Amino acid sequence: MPEFDLLFPLGITHYLIGGLFIGFAVSFLFATTGLVGGMSTFFTSTWSFVSNWKYFNREAFVSSRNWRIVYASGLVLGALIWMLTVGEVFVTTISWWQLTLGGFIAGFGARLSNGCTSGHGICGMASFQLPSFLAVLIFLTTAIITAQLMQKLGGLS
Amino acid sequence: MSVPFFVSVLISGALFGFGLSYATMIQPEVVLSFLRFDDFGLLWVLGSASLTTMVTYQLLPRLIRKPLFDKSFREHAASLDRNTLVGAAIFGIGWGISGVCPGPALAGLGVGNWPMLFTLAGIFAGAYVQGRMMKS
Repeated sequence: MPEFDLLFPLGITHYLIGGLFIGFAVSFLFATTGLVGGMSTFFTSTWSFVSNWKYFNREAFVSSRNWRIVYASGLVLGALIWMLTVGEVFVTTISWWQLTLGGFIAGFGARLSNGCTSGHGICGMASFQLPSFLAVLIFLTTAIITAQLMQKLGGLS
Repeated sequence: MSVPFFVSVLISGALFGFGLSYATMIQPEVVLSFLRFDDFGLLWVLGSASLTTMVTYQLLPRLIRKPLFDKSFREHAASLDRNTLVGAAIFGIGWGISGVCPGPALAGLGVGNWPMLFTLAGIFAGAYVQGRMMKS
């Protein structure tokens, strides 16, 4: 199917299998601990260790900050295992200012929205949350517009 | 945190990080190629991950009363308000600039993608500013 190759020039197997691993990961977390495995809250709850600001010390953040650190460490560990077994070292060529600025804006937005690609995209949609479906539609739209504008303006990698 | 609880969270995180790496989502270049319509593969990742999770979230609480190592199942509580939608729009802009979202920023460290330190610093700073804007 030529049309299919055009949409997915690298094939779909690795995308599909990787996605199943992610789904299994979130399912395993839910089955064993009952926790909902979004990623972005980690970046707020961890501030409660060093800041006295009231918001960071909300019960929801303080009570979850420990497992979120373990979860985040697990992500690094799992990627390391992939690299040592079937994968390889990867270093991006995206410029440092794009990574920093994009990170800042994405971090601010994800926390304002209370969810990112994992929280709204996987956990929220999987629990049939209308706000999460809307959030996914919105962030996919703004991300596509931004990425295409960036490409037109500067042809940045 | 009990030992089984700790180990379960760590294994979940590791499976997540392995999956992100396997799906090449730890490469911002691949994410950007999706956002620029060069390769729609990301939709398969999102689709298979959320469908698998959907089956678990919908079925498991009907099959067992509580998770193995805790008292109750939690729920993802999203509220339909301005912050959720405006925040999502802002998140998308940042994601479109860097090609990196929070999970891959963390997982990237495991494959030696050291420039993710820039992104992680950015995300922590963005989350800090957002938190400081909240009164309580």
